[in-house]
Order: sequence, then structure tokens, then C-alpha cells
Amino acid sequence: MQMPPLDPAILARRSEIVAALRAIVPGEGVIDDLDGMRPYECDALSAYRQMPLVVVLPETVAQVAAILRYCQDSGVKVVPRGAGTSLSGGSMPVGDAILLGMGKFNRVIEIDYANRCARVQPGVTNLGITKAVEHEGFYYAPDPSSQIACSIGGNVAENSGGVHCLKYGLTTNNLLGIEMVLMTGEVVRLGGKHLDAEGYDLMGLMTGSEGLLGVVTEVTVRLLRKPSTARAVLLGFPTEAGAADCVAAVIASGIIPGGMEMMDADAIKCAEAYVGAGYPLDVEGLLIVELDGPPVEVDYLVERVAAIARERGATTVRVSQDEQERVLFWAGRKAAFPAVGQISPDYMCLDGSVPRGRLVEVLAEMRALSKQHGLRVVNVFHAGDGNLHPLILFDANDAGQLEKAEAFGTDILRLCVRVGGVLTGEHGVGIEKRDLMVEQFTEIDLDQQMRVKCAFDPDHLLNPGKVFPKLRRCAELGRLVVHQNKIPFPDIPRF
Amino acid sequence: MGETMRPRDAGELRQAVEWALSEGATLDVRGTGSKTALGRPMRCDHVLDLSGISGIVDYAPEELVVTLRAGTPIREVEALLAQRNQMLAFEPPDLGPLLGGEAGQGTLVGTIMGNWAGPRRLSAGAARDHLLGFSGVNGRGEAFKSGGRVMKNVTGYDLSKLLAGSWGTLAVLDEVSVKVLPAPDQTRTLVLHGLDDAAAVKAMCAAMGSSHEVSGAAHVEGRTALRLEGVAPSVEARLKGLREALAGVGTRQEELGTLESRAFWREVRDVAPFVSLADAIVWKISCPPTEGPAVVARIAAQRPQARAFYDWSGGLVWLALPPSADGDAGIVRGALGATGGHATLVRAPEAVRAAVPVFQPQAAALAALAGRVKESFDPKRLFNPGRMG
Repeated sequence: MQMPPLDPAILARRSEIVAALRAIVPGEGVIDDLDGMRPYECDALSAYRQMPLVVVLPETVAQVAAILRYCQDSGVKVVPRGAGTSLSGGSMPVGDAILLGMGKFNRVIEIDYANRCARVQPGVTNLGITKAVEHEGFYYAPDPSSQIACSIGGNVAENSGGVHCLKYGLTTNNLLGIEMVLMTGEVVRLGGKHLDAEGYDLMGLMTGSEGLLGVVTEVTVRLLRKPSTARAVLLGFPTEAGAADCVAAVIASGIIPGGMEMMDADAIKCAEAYVGAGYPLDVEGLLIVELDGPPVEVDYLVERVAAIARERGATTVRVSQDEQERVLFWAGRKAAFPAVGQISPDYMCLDGSVPRGRLVEVLAEMRALSKQHGLRVVNVFHAGDGNLHPLILFDANDAGQLEKAEAFGTDILRLCVRVGGVLTGEHGVGIEKRDLMVEQFTEIDLDQQMRVKCAFDPDHLLNPGKVFPKLRRCAELGRLVVHQNKIPFPDIPRF
Repeated sequence: MGETMRPRDAGELRQAVEWALSEGATLDVRGTGSKTALGRPMRCDHVLDLSGISGIVDYAPEELVVTLRAGTPIREVEALLAQRNQMLAFEPPDLGPLLGGEAGQGTLVGTIMGNWAGPRRLSAGAARDHLLGFSGVNGRGEAFKSGGRVMKNVTGYDLSKLLAGSWGTLAVLDEVSVKVLPAPDQTRTLVLHGLDDAAAVKAMCAAMGSSHEVSGAAHVEGRTALRLEGVAPSVEARLKGLREALAGVGTRQEELGTLESRAFWREVRDVAPFVSLADAIVWKISCPPTEGPAVVARIAAQRPQARAFYDWSGGLVWLALPPSADGDAGIVRGALGATGGHATLVRAPEAVRAAVPVFQPQAAALAALAGRVKESFDPKRLFNPGRMG
């Protein structure tokens, strides 16, 4: 993974930059010693590590504004960071950049049940929002698997999903407003407690922009009433195709389950050995379908899903009889990653999305690639929305295996794009998939995205080295050569 | 106005924009032109008519996605989805009659360009939440794309969100992929009678915060309506629960069946109560639901003839005012005060829409940022210049 070369002029100015930050954030909010900075040297894509130039932990919006204005005026790069749980290196430090940690923005500002929303600071954890409102029967819907640790500010940056997105949407569908600071130090508010702010939907643009456009300092999220019941159905199929057909049939019948997860035979075996969830071991594809809502609806839909599964040749159909059993059905799926960690020293988790109809074909091709690269792959995925999480097993201590795993992963993502899917469904591009962007986008597509970046950050100072494979200067991108006296096109009907 | 160019495919569309760029000519970009009476009046050199780039490209019901060309009439899309018992869940309004035209005329892409949504906005989102991806031409005459056809996609910036609600000022689209959802088997509506605006909004907010999964909450002409949708046994059970929870609220309860409900909510969606008020100026106000009645009361204190009804649990106020030279923009926007909401002048004579901002004016830093975003797509301001101004 190639990061932009460090700027020696910036490195030489380090003590001056540290002093400038100390003038903005007094006390212990500026960390410049190696031991103190160590916790920040990577995010959850921990294969890649890099010490930042200096860490700053502001506590107020005014301090954030002053830091960004300083960076803009002094030409210093800056990497924003929430809880550091990015799986794509989105908050990985850059050696000649300030690391701007938002962890001290950890307050729930306001809970408004009548308008069903909460105003929180960006460092509040995803689960922390639900914890703050669950005693009143409410919750915040998106539930990425890192929800105990990941921050809502990071969720906005990554447009985080979770297992319930098909029914309840991603972060972008559950936001009402944000406050953000621009590189100029200007503070802008987008949306609020009302719906659909006018003008361009910059909140929608910010969501999933991976920290490249601005720094979020406040978030207003939509709260939902917790469904009164949830039940899970465990469905085992003798073939993967049978499981995939069942997913399509459930949706075609008009049912949108709260969650619909699929595991392949290897994933089932790993998970079962690890947690003993009672998964059948004689099947090639396992589905966990969760139905939530009023009890009468859940009972009705559970029967319909079970009937559809039987028609599609399911050999295992088990409906959770109580909350304990529902949690047990999920335990295996939720532990799939650590379970895989038990059978392999290292694994790499991918995140492509494909049209559901191509699932079976993609899995078969993935097996062929597995043989070709000589590495095993285990598959768990959000079947309802076609979001795959192939886990490539390897041993980093075995020379060359990391590179082999990377090459295998690249081939899988290329496969996703080839069948009409995308490189990343929820983990983000970051540094991990940056160089693969050319597989999905043309140069013109990427130039248009970079021009949007230029509207926010004309000097490319914010979260540099991420998302874009090749940075072009904004002045160059903005140049427009108009060919005068172009021959009018005679073919187009004119009136 | 000069000529009307009607490209027949994406290639011709790009040629048309390239030509306009070379001439320095501005373009009035439209589908079927059903919403030309909405927005700031424009003086464009030519019309770019997208109605020739029309038709369904691909529909995969089990994938919950439909891909179609930009000029495809919305009624064509809705008819296709209905065959498979699916729908555009954001419930796109048909504003034709309100704007003085025919019903059923618009394109789906035109609806997306205004980021419209009907009563189901509360539970299903707006057009922005359903646009999965697009291809089109920017103001540099370049063909580009963003997003895709899959439900979950965070690859690159979500430009679909920017395009939804951009009123055709950023790029000209030729194709979009849109998320669709199963249509509900049953629709029932619980109507409460005898509530004033404040009590109605309180009841609607309580219903929205309940576990009964209310998918529409409107207060129209003394009737406070709460919609329940889904499979029959669920709708029955929730209706019973909701009736019990709201027992004693208002003077009496009434129930609408599926067909009556559909008609009622279509009228709310299409602002039907104001269609017959031929001269009235119509505003659309979005504010926090609990603030709706206070905003209306502040306006009514200065304009007693004002008429209003509420959708989105009180967060969407449709307001009709008697004719005036400035649409009473100062009174309406002043009444929003510190709610953070916004007001759009949806129906007014051209002179009024030229005199006052149709869309809520933005703070300076935000307006400057929006200007830079516009420039990043359309540096020569070819597309619908001034329409959002």
C-alpha cells in the first residue's frame, strides 16, 4: 500500500506545528510523544501502521474550527478520527499530517421523543445512542458489528450499515441533521429536526465521504420505536443455490425481513465449533432470517418464510421459540469472524456488494479463485442486500502470504464489479480499496468526484491518500477548454 | 427561447451539451415539463427535452431495483411495478393539478430532481433515499456515472444524494436505478375527529412513537388520520392497539378501509385540498413536527385567511395564502423563527416567484459552499441557471 511521500518541509516544521496546536488546545489535548501517540498508529485495518505527525484532541467546536483554519492557512494535512474502527484504513494516520481525534465529543446533547430524534456529539458510540433512549422503548437503527465501539461521527463518515439495513436503511437514511466544520474554519449546519433540508443535499454527500470533505461536530439522528417482537428462523439447504433461491423468493413474495444472513459450509462449521449455536452441519448454505414487528405479524411471516423455504428444499427449518434461542441463532453468525480466527492465524475481510441474482455464480467463481491462489475463503454475508463478506485465510508469518491474500482479494472485488456489483458495500474505500477504484469508475467519473472534493478542500489537506487512486490538483481539474465553433450536431432532433 | 433539442439516447444527449458548451448557451432541462411552473423563473437560450430518452431498461423485482431512462413517465413506472405488487415507497406526489396542469404527466427523474416524497416520507424516506445510481452528462459535456444497482454501496461519494433535489442544475441524467419495495396488502386508516391543530399533532407524534408502525400521519380539515399498512392480521392487530391507545382523544374515531384509505392519502399526497383554490399562493413548510401548529398560528395571526393542513406528523405544513405581490414570504419565513425549518413557494404567479426566493435562503457559508459544488459539476452554469436561486 503506497501512501503519498512525506513532505520533508512539514516534518521540519513539526515543533512549530505542535506549538501552534498547543495554542489552540491547551493542556493534555496535544500529544507529541511516541508512547502517547502509539494508540493512534492504526485503525481496525491493523495490517497497516503509521505514526502521525502529532495527535490533537479538541473539546470544542471552536477548537476544531481553529485547527482546520490553521491547517488550511499553513498547508498542513489533517486526518480526522472517531473511534478508529475503520476496516478500510479510513482513519489511518499519515506521517506528515495532524491526527484530529474527536473522542472528547462524547455527549448526548438532547433527546426529543416527541420529534423522535436525538442530538449527539460525534464521539458518542453507535450503541451509546440506543443505550440513552432504550429505557423509553426507542433505539437507533443502523447497527454495524462494531457498534459497541464505533462512533456516530465515524458512522456518518463511512455511511455505516449493519445486519438490519434492508428494512431500516443505512446511516444516510437515519440522519436528520449534522453540524460540520469546513477547512476554512467555517461552521455549517445541514438539516436539523425537520426533514429534507433545501438546497443541495450536502448532508447526503457528507455521509460516506470518508472524512475527506469536512469534520462533523454534531449529529441529529432519527430514533425508532423498538419493534415489539423479533423471531429468527434458521434454514439449512443442501445447496448454496437453494439458499440463494430462497432469499430471492422471500423478497419476491413481498416480505422484507429485519435481517437475512447467509453462511457457507465452512463458515457454518467454524461458527458451530466456536459457539455451539446448534447449526446443522450437513448443509451447504444456512440462512438466518429475522422477522420483527407486532407479535401477530411476526408469527404470520415466520410461517410464510418457513413455507417458502420448504418449497425450496430446505432440510432444516427451525424457528426460535424464545428470546434466548433467537440470540443463540445469531451468536454463531456474530462470532463468525473470531471463529475463523480460531482456524487460521490471520484472515482478511472483504466487503463487495453484488446483485443477489448473481450470488451463486459469484460463490462458485470465488472457489475457483481460491484454488488458483492456494488460499481458503470462508463466506458470510448480508444476503438480503447482496453484501458479501468473504474471509480469506492466510498466515502473515509465512512469507508472501499477505501479498497472495491481497491479490486474491483484488480478484474477488474485480469479480464483484464484473457482475454489476461494487467494491464496497459498507466498509468504505479508505486506503484498502483505493487503487481498485479504477475497476469501477472511469477517469471522468473519478475526476467529477475529485472536483466535488475541491469544492470543500481545494488543497487536498483533509484525510490525504484515501479513496482516490491518483490525486489531481484542483486547478488542473477545474480547467475547461471550450472548443468554439463546434459543428452543430445535425443528428439531434431540433424544433 | 431558441430551439428545443430532443436527444434520443445518451450519445446525442452528450452531443447536445457539448454543443451548448461551445456556444455558451444555457439550457432549460426538462422531462415532460410538468413542473416548469415551480422554481425561480428562468430565461434560457434553448430547451433540452429529455422525453425522447425514455423506457424501462431493466426491472428485477426480486432484486428490488428498476433501471430506467430519464424521460420515462412516472405512470409507466408505477404501472410496471404494480404488475409485480411493488411500488415506489416514497409515494411520489402528482402535483400536476396543483400547478394548474393535468394529472399523471411527470417523469420519475423529474420527481427525483425535486426530491419529492408523499405521506410515507416518515417511514420510507424521500426520493433521495431510493436513488441507487445514475449516469448522465455534467456541464463540461462529460458522460459520467455514480452509484450502482445494488442496495448497499459506499464506493466513492454518494452523488445520487446531491443529484436528488438539485432541480436539474448539476447534471443532465440519462439513466437511473431506483430502489423499489413490495406494496402493502392492506391499508387502513384510523381517523380522529374533533382535534385542534395542537392536539392533533400531539396525537400524531404519540402514534408515530408507538410500536404500531404508523406509515402516514396527517391532519386535514378537522380529521386527524393515521395510516397502517401491511399484511392483514398485522394491520388488524395494530389498528386495535392504536384505537385503544388513543381512546378518548378527540370526539370520535372512524375507520377507513383499504380503498377509502388509498383515496384519502392520495389527496393528502397531491395537495388536493388546495387545488380548487385557484388564486391562492401555496407554500410547503418543513419543520420539526411539534413546531407545526405554532408556525401556522404565527402566520395566521398576521394572515387570518391562511389555510393549512399537516402531513408528516405535523412536520410538513401545506399553507394556502391569498394572492400578494411577495407571497408573504417575510411572514412565512419569519414564522419559522428558530425552528431550523424551511419554506418553499410551491405555487405562485411567475412575477411573485421572480420577486422572492422560491427556496429557503441559506446562511452565507453554506450558500458559498453550495455555489462551489454547483461549479464542480457545471462551471459555465449551463443547466437551469437561476432555478434554485
